Amino acid sequence: MSDQGTYRPFSYYQLMETSLRELLVEKGIVTDAEINAEVAQMRARSAERGARVVARAWVDAEYKKRLLANGTAACEELGLEIPALHLVVVENTPTVHNAIVCTLCSCYPRVLLGIPPDWYKSRNYRSRMVREPRAVLAEFGLRIADSVQIRVHDSTADMRYMVLPMRPQGTEGWDEARLATLVTRDSMIGVAVPSAAGG
Amino acid sequence: MKAQFATKHPAVAPRFETGERVRVRKSAPLGHIRTPFYIRGHVGEIERFCGCFPNPEELAQMRSGLPAQPLYRVRFKQKDVWPGYRGADADVVEIEIYQHWLEPA
Repeated sequence: MSDQGTYRPFSYYQLMETSLRELLVEKGIVTDAEINAEVAQMRARSAERGARVVARAWVDAEYKKRLLANGTAACEELGLEIPALHLVVVENTPTVHNAIVCTLCSCYPRVLLGIPPDWYKSRNYRSRMVREPRAVLAEFGLRIADSVQIRVHDSTADMRYMVLPMRPQGTEGWDEARLATLVTRDSMIGVAVPSAAGG
Repeated sequence: MKAQFATKHPAVAPRFETGERVRVRKSAPLGHIRTPFYIRGHVGEIERFCGCFPNPEELAQMRSGLPAQPLYRVRFKQKDVWPGYRGADADVVEIEIYQHWLEPA
């Protein structure tokens, strides 16, 4: 539902969603309260969850190994419940930059990064990120040197992806909580990199 | 070869090893297909074996999707996929593809 105050008639999909929801409630399959609770929970999840995971991997090399081997189990270690999510974490290094896209629809690790930004679901991003990633990243203000390999991950099936960015220089001695403040949503999608100046 | 994620479904036996070269079938069946058009017919390399998952083409028809299909991440060179790709030779795109869409290359 739109949060704006201006009246507009329902679009086709809004009408379909409302009809289906009301039908499910009418038939007693779900209650309004359950739907509201689920929506509230969806909105409450934010990229801070993913940032906690990244910050832990920056300070704990053994944790990082486990995270790269099995992202789902490593998140559960931190008490993040990510049911049914097969999380693949891809690591940025001085020679590799990773970025995530779903060309088929808009698959996204919502439980770790929250609701996806509109651009992630746009046809422009989905079609161009896979065939001209360097141009798209430059539009986000991120210029990747030709000596760095770009790996684009097309999230087409059962896996979900998160980028593990490189720990910024100038953060020696920072604790996990402070490091986590540097980790943005976009840096975990791979269209930005964190910097100490930004925190 | 060890799957990254263990699943409990009855499954088709995995055919491919990490590093093996594979070609994506060039086919255009109707239905709910999770193999993107742009990669059909291209040759890549198995990056990892993800595990076995119910076939989404069957799930979309309200069937069980079993036996589950082995799912791989396949790595393709961008220069092989896109004519006139602008970027480094080393750039790659990695895509999850089910075994029934792959053949040895």
